[in-house]
Amino acid sequence: MADITIPPKDSFRLSMLIYDTRYRSLTIQVVFMFLLMAGATWLVNNTIYNLHVLGKDFSYSFLWSRAGYDINQRFIAYNSDSTHGRAMLVGLLNTLFIAFISCVAATVLGVIAGVLRLSKNWVVAKLMAIYVESFRNIPLLIWILVIFAVMTEAAPAPNAFRGANPSAHMWFFDTIAVTNRGVYFPEPLFFRSLGNIDLGIFLVSTDLLAIIAVMVLSILGYKRLQRSAETVQNATGIRPVTWWKSALILIAPIVILLVALGFHLGYPELKGFNFRGGVHARNSLIALWVALSVYTGAFIAEIVRAGIQAISRGQTEAALALGLKPGQTTNLVVLPQALRVIIPPMISEYLNITKNTSLAIAVGYMDLRATLGGITLNQTGRELEAMLLMMGIYLAISLIISSVMNFYNRSVKLKER
Amino acid sequence: MTDQPLQYVRTEMLEAKAPPSFQIGPLRWARENLFSGWLNSLLTLVSLYVILTLLAGVAPWFGHTVWNAGSLSECRKIIHSDFGPNADGACFAVIHERWNQLLYGFYPVEGYWRANLALVGMLLAIAPILFSQVPRKLLWLSALYPFLGFWLIWGGSLWFPISALLGFVVGGIAFRLMVEKSTVLAAAAGFVVAWLWWFFAAGPVDEGLSAVLPIALESVQSRDVGGFLLSIIIGISGITLSLPLGVLLALGRQSNMFFIRTVSVGFIEFIRGVPLITLLFTASLLLNYFLPPGTNFDLILRVVIMVTLFAAAYMAEVIRGGLAALPRGQYEAADALGLDYWMAQRLIIMPQALKISIPGIVNTFIGLFKDTTLVVFIGLLDPIGFINAIRATSDWNGIYWELYIFVGALFFVFCYGMSKYSMYLERKLQTDHH
Amino acid sequence: MKKSVILGMAGAACLAAGMATAGTLDEVKQRGELNCGVTTGLAGFAAPDANGVWQGFDVDYCRAVAAAVLGDPTKVKFVPTTGQTRFTALASGEVDMLARNTTWTFSRDVDLKFTFVAINYYDGQGFMVPKALGVSSAKELDGATVCIQTGTTTELNLADYFKANNMKYDPVPIETNAEGQQQFLAGACDVYTTDRSGLAATRATFAKPDDYVVLPEVISKEPLGPLVRQGDDQWADVVRWVANSLVEAEDLGITSANIEELSKGTNNPEINRILGTDGGLGKMLGLDDAWAKRAIAANGNYGEIFAANLGESTPIGLARGLNALWTHGGLQYSPPFR
Repeated sequence: MADITIPPKDSFRLSMLIYDTRYRSLTIQVVFMFLLMAGATWLVNNTIYNLHVLGKDFSYSFLWSRAGYDINQRFIAYNSDSTHGRAMLVGLLNTLFIAFISCVAATVLGVIAGVLRLSKNWVVAKLMAIYVESFRNIPLLIWILVIFAVMTEAAPAPNAFRGANPSAHMWFFDTIAVTNRGVYFPEPLFFRSLGNIDLGIFLVSTDLLAIIAVMVLSILGYKRLQRSAETVQNATGIRPVTWWKSALILIAPIVILLVALGFHLGYPELKGFNFRGGVHARNSLIALWVALSVYTGAFIAEIVRAGIQAISRGQTEAALALGLKPGQTTNLVVLPQALRVIIPPMISEYLNITKNTSLAIAVGYMDLRATLGGITLNQTGRELEAMLLMMGIYLAISLIISSVMNFYNRSVKLKER
Repeated sequence: MTDQPLQYVRTEMLEAKAPPSFQIGPLRWARENLFSGWLNSLLTLVSLYVILTLLAGVAPWFGHTVWNAGSLSECRKIIHSDFGPNADGACFAVIHERWNQLLYGFYPVEGYWRANLALVGMLLAIAPILFSQVPRKLLWLSALYPFLGFWLIWGGSLWFPISALLGFVVGGIAFRLMVEKSTVLAAAAGFVVAWLWWFFAAGPVDEGLSAVLPIALESVQSRDVGGFLLSIIIGISGITLSLPLGVLLALGRQSNMFFIRTVSVGFIEFIRGVPLITLLFTASLLLNYFLPPGTNFDLILRVVIMVTLFAAAYMAEVIRGGLAALPRGQYEAADALGLDYWMAQRLIIMPQALKISIPGIVNTFIGLFKDTTLVVFIGLLDPIGFINAIRATSDWNGIYWELYIFVGALFFVFCYGMSKYSMYLERKLQTDHH
Repeated sequence: MKKSVILGMAGAACLAAGMATAGTLDEVKQRGELNCGVTTGLAGFAAPDANGVWQGFDVDYCRAVAAAVLGDPTKVKFVPTTGQTRFTALASGEVDMLARNTTWTFSRDVDLKFTFVAINYYDGQGFMVPKALGVSSAKELDGATVCIQTGTTTELNLADYFKANNMKYDPVPIETNAEGQQQFLAGACDVYTTDRSGLAATRATFAKPDDYVVLPEVISKEPLGPLVRQGDDQWADVVRWVANSLVEAEDLGITSANIEELSKGTNNPEINRILGTDGGLGKMLGLDDAWAKRAIAANGNYGEIFAANLGESTPIGLARGLNALWTHGGLQYSPPFR
């Protein structure tokens, strides 16, 4: 007879909290939570006490008081009479703007450098290796300072454009002025502007909305044309000639709209101390942009290189053996697989760019840290509130970027079944 | 048939002809590597043009280098008199005059040997961790090094670091005694005993021993530590301190316990979501709000704490990658052997996971080391801080390329060395697996 | 796992520091060293030289206080602070006093809870432009690009001035004076604005100072002076009267050259009181009788400190102007030592 030992039904003993694996994790968690809460209480308590001693309160009311300082680059209306809250918003938009354009430029640069580094051309490969290594191994801050110094020293001052025989000239038929205060581009203007819509916080140009709407409609129309062409091709085997229709659909509406709005370019002109008119991309913006893109581009180049090298040669050969054209091979076989390797580290590079925009402090670009975490903090003396708010905003931006990119990552990921 | 030899058959082989000139030597190499197609040729030409332009711009500047001068104006005068009135030249005299500040900050000159010795000691201490060929005995040096390095750099009584070290020893003994009963309890006991030691026993022991046997180096203020030395101190202590914290966070993130996992994830994501510069500003502006009133400790220490927390979050992610790369079988085998959680981690999982993560850890370190330059924004005089300070003096006002080049080159040498090491390691680990 | 001792130390430091709530004066005496917040580098006011020794106008004030309190002008730890970190450094107790050309304003005094103990330099915000620009008045600066140091009162003054005069400008914010100089010299901004003393100091370091001119307009009042935390009146008194003693010394003709001789006793009772020959004042401050003598002996009287760091014989070449003694038509005036 086999003895079946029934485990004795223990009554609960205190020692089981430690020795019984069923309860132990609970015990650990409770103790951990207790310690954590105690620590948090201690910190908050200290903070309250310290604030009390300093005679300060914790309040965000300063966000609604007059800022009193000016910001040079602003995407929404702002002047020194605006509130600190609005200054923060201006800074936030500047941060997002520099982060976005740097991500785009870094990606383009990184992909090119990554591909060229694998090139069989010895000179090109070595040059790219030098680029990648020197930017990866020297702090970003030094690059920002160096590029800022180069731009300040190498480009001519607006003064050099003056006089009958100026020592500096504008580029591209007198349309673009490169100075050491930044680059002045022609700006789009409309004779018959539709005006702006006031959204409470900022104004939206109706012209821009109209242009976007027309472009979207054109692209939708173009897609439709392609689809109908495909249907015909599937049915008859002959693809109707569509190129002139496509061109018409894509180009004509936008041209008509621009003519109707009275589109023309406003050129920068030297008036008084500075160039007037046109779009002014300040030196601080350009230096930060170039430094961030080139620096991060070096990292992206390595990611791209690793991604391409991760695809075994057999994949390409198999695709070619199946009769796919080289373009199709890249699009349908190599790229989807390489992207799977490339995208996750790419996401963290984008996050790095966003966080590194805070180095704007080195060149005086008016980003979130310079407005909320810089001048506002300094003028109001509200370190605690301003720093917490600023960290919260950066955290929110990071989380949004990583969730959007992770969503994209999931959509391109090869489904493993 | 006669044996008459056939007239038209050669008796000896022909000499092999030299291959066509474009198929040998540099020409062939150039043809295959540089000019294999029109696109390739174009790229080559463009690259060569870029390189030549850069060289043409930079070479004369480097050629006209002045090493001995007291100020920028004196330097320019020398360049103009030596190389012609319109010559432009590098004035590395500023490095010659200020190199000690860029490297050591205001560290007392007679104490440079201490900083140098600490650096050599650090290399020795790191060697057994980085290279498996080095004798294992050196690992003891690695364990003792933090205390030794602290004493060498900051000076003061030798017994202070030793009494602090004894706290770990006492804690370790308590852990050993209790570990038979329960690992968790033992860990708690070791922790409590060590803290008790630091709070109550360490001070008297330090004083007592100092009174009996006064061995001390001249103590150096944290404020005097600056320049590249400061970067190294912040970088190294940040990475060493963050390693244990990172391991705990990585384990916490993979834990089954809900609270611990949530807190770990929250911490990691928070730190990774904000720029380092805001954490540094927190260290310099806010930390005194969070601590008891009147508390005030060294800014460098505050920065090290913040940098440690920052690095720990990144380290946790690197180690999590290492943990994820381990085959599931390793965990199951450990369970099958009846090991408990900590034994399994200590004996099976962590040694393998850490080994896989070393390249990632080195990369994190390179990143951290470069990020130490940000301390300039809270008023610490790291190399970039000194660049500003030197440029603020009337002698060297208006100079910057030379300083940037010097500091950039220092960082490059350091980081490039480490990244080469990480590549070597990756190759080594790859062959291990195949 | 190896951990460094530093964390344990931090804990111990917290505990130890948490208990100590003595007055700043006692703390400084006990520490044997004065922590003095200065700028990270501004010629004439505070900058480290090649040997790492700090030099400048503000630096000499720190030395005078250290000499008075500790008896040794070298027992000062100079803590470089940026415009951003200076007030927190003082509020948190990281420094005992701040001598960092800081403007005395209502909100800093009242809202940020500091006590400004003296005004050691009467300054005002001005503009510097290249001569080639052909501008002779700030009123002609409409549309100019202006370089400006962030984290200071100057950016608020600037905004107010241009607004009041109905002019436009393009601000170029910069972090350090060295950076601002580079921008200005390269022509990346037309105007450099900061305190007029700072402008003079900056201009002095240019290769061709004569090509630049400081415009006559003074758009703000910038009374600069040392400050301490509010609430420790004894310490505030010490720093205030050290500062006053320097001015009074100049007024009374006490210089570093004749101080030894005068301290043997004179027939001017005020000199005797200040130099401690007639005892009593030092005890009231919590110091010994020779405190002011040491403070003055450290770097000389106010006039000597000014002349050595900012005066006309230095490259900075500032005239005394408002900072002359009241007897010479200036504003420097010390309450009587009585």
